[in-house]
Amino acid sequence: MTTAAPPMAAPSLALRWRRTLANPRLWRGVLAVAGFFLVWQISSMGALPFMTVIPTPVEVAKAFWVFLAMPKYWQSWAESAQRVFWGFATAQVLGIPLGLGMGWSRSFKELSYPLFELLRPIPPLAWVPVSILFWPTNELSIAFITFIGAFFTIVLNVLGGVSSIPKELVYSAVSFGASPAQVFWRIVLPATIPSIATGMMVGIGITWNVVIAAEMIAGNAGLGRLTWEAYLAGHTPGVIVGMISIGLAGYVSSALVKLISIKLMPWRKII
Amino acid sequence: MGDNGKGIKQAGRIEVSGLERVYRVPGQPPVAALKDCSLVVEEGKLTVLVGPSGCGKSTLASILAGYDTPTAGSCLINGHPIKGPGRDRLMVFQETALWPWMTVMQNAVFGPKVSGALDRRRAEEHALGLLEKVGLKDFRDKYPAQLSGGMQRRAELCRALVNEPQIMILDEPFRGLDVMTRELMQEYLVRLYEESGMTMLFITAEIEEALFLADRILVMTNLPGTIKKVLTVDLPRPRDLSVLSSPRYLQIKGEVMEALYEEGAKTFGKLKNAFNLLGSCQTDSEPAGHGQ
Repeated sequence: MTTAAPPMAAPSLALRWRRTLANPRLWRGVLAVAGFFLVWQISSMGALPFMTVIPTPVEVAKAFWVFLAMPKYWQSWAESAQRVFWGFATAQVLGIPLGLGMGWSRSFKELSYPLFELLRPIPPLAWVPVSILFWPTNELSIAFITFIGAFFTIVLNVLGGVSSIPKELVYSAVSFGASPAQVFWRIVLPATIPSIATGMMVGIGITWNVVIAAEMIAGNAGLGRLTWEAYLAGHTPGVIVGMISIGLAGYVSSALVKLISIKLMPWRKII
Repeated sequence: MGDNGKGIKQAGRIEVSGLERVYRVPGQPPVAALKDCSLVVEEGKLTVLVGPSGCGKSTLASILAGYDTPTAGSCLINGHPIKGPGRDRLMVFQETALWPWMTVMQNAVFGPKVSGALDRRRAEEHALGLLEKVGLKDFRDKYPAQLSGGMQRRAELCRALVNEPQIMILDEPFRGLDVMTRELMQEYLVRLYEESGMTMLFITAEIEEALFLADRILVMTNLPGTIKKVLTVDLPRPRDLSVLSSPRYLQIKGEVMEALYEEGAKTFGKLKNAFNLLGSCQTDSEPAGHGQ
């Protein structure tokens, strides 16, 4: 809560801006980002000999401007985002029930956990060759690898979430006469939502890592491919543009996932 | 059983005899949390089980609630053996067990709703009445995390009372609350008890709390837990300051302390021996004249 909150409905836009600009937290962040670009500019201009292979921020900005006008650039965004979306969504749709099932039923866990643990250490990129051989299209195989990246994380988080529900929360529901189905839907599932949110948050990061790598190896489009092609063409500013775009894409999707998890947990105001 | 004139349909009776609960962990010697434990919790009475921490009080509570099963002995509720948890006896735990994703009201009406005892509107009316009694009416749409510790405990009492159980088992429910909140909670509890007339089994490690609340006090001994002494607290209610400083109060307190002290002395005796041993080892290295 803010100290001395005035009893008005909503502060005016100008006032809100003034408050934001007066916040030292903002300026510390700005200072760090500005300092980073300044050091980068000076060192790649020749102050540091080994940095001259890296284009200056100004060159990158110019290249960015050119990219922004290219339809291919926006197509790359769409391609990668689509792959991330389908891989991530499928991982949640399959992984959340699997994790809940493993946490809910001991015999189901005994059945599935050993196999799960055997497959889990295999890195997503190790699935690339088999995936290309197995799936009929390149598109499907990249989405599948992306799926692998998020799947194991969400299952493990959900399973951990179910197992760490305080036993009193379940006991009291049983005492009140709740049936097993009511215990599952009204107690176990909501109690697991924070773990689902954590699993999604970690998962979305992994998904972007995986999709970029997979595109560099096997893709014919996407932000990863765009970056790789810029490298093959010797266009270093383009490589940096690709990197920045991937960073932005990851940032935006993390923010979206965070928004979803806040909506899922109205009882938790701060995560 | 039957209507006792206090507005509740039934008050339950607990009879425990020869109860034993041994925990066996492979590779470790078995630990008996309860051994030859026998007691009666009379219907409509507020019975307080007092004992040092780790004496098996909570184990007894979870067996009575139906969450744990004894390794020997019998447990009867109204003459029937316990078969798992049931709505006839509800438990309030040490830590808050309110569901954090439900508002106070949603928590309170969960029991009547899942059991089908009351329809939604009747359940909410009933719950609102109870919430008002404990000063939480205005907090009915808040989430548990938005309440103070004392408020959470009151909400939890309401959540259980809505179901009109025959027996309430309260396992150190006020532990961790500050002294003032705790005293307030004890007064709330006595009021709720007097209005409902249900059977209550209150578990605590605090003698003053036991004396303020109890009709009867059961003193429990250390591991393995068994009942050492049963006292009737014939102090008048309300137990205001004059009651709590009366000779009778001090007499009963003395008896409880005596029973507990013997237990404490046993453990302390073991400790003292250990200290003596430690002392004799260190005597040589201690500089002369040190201490005292």
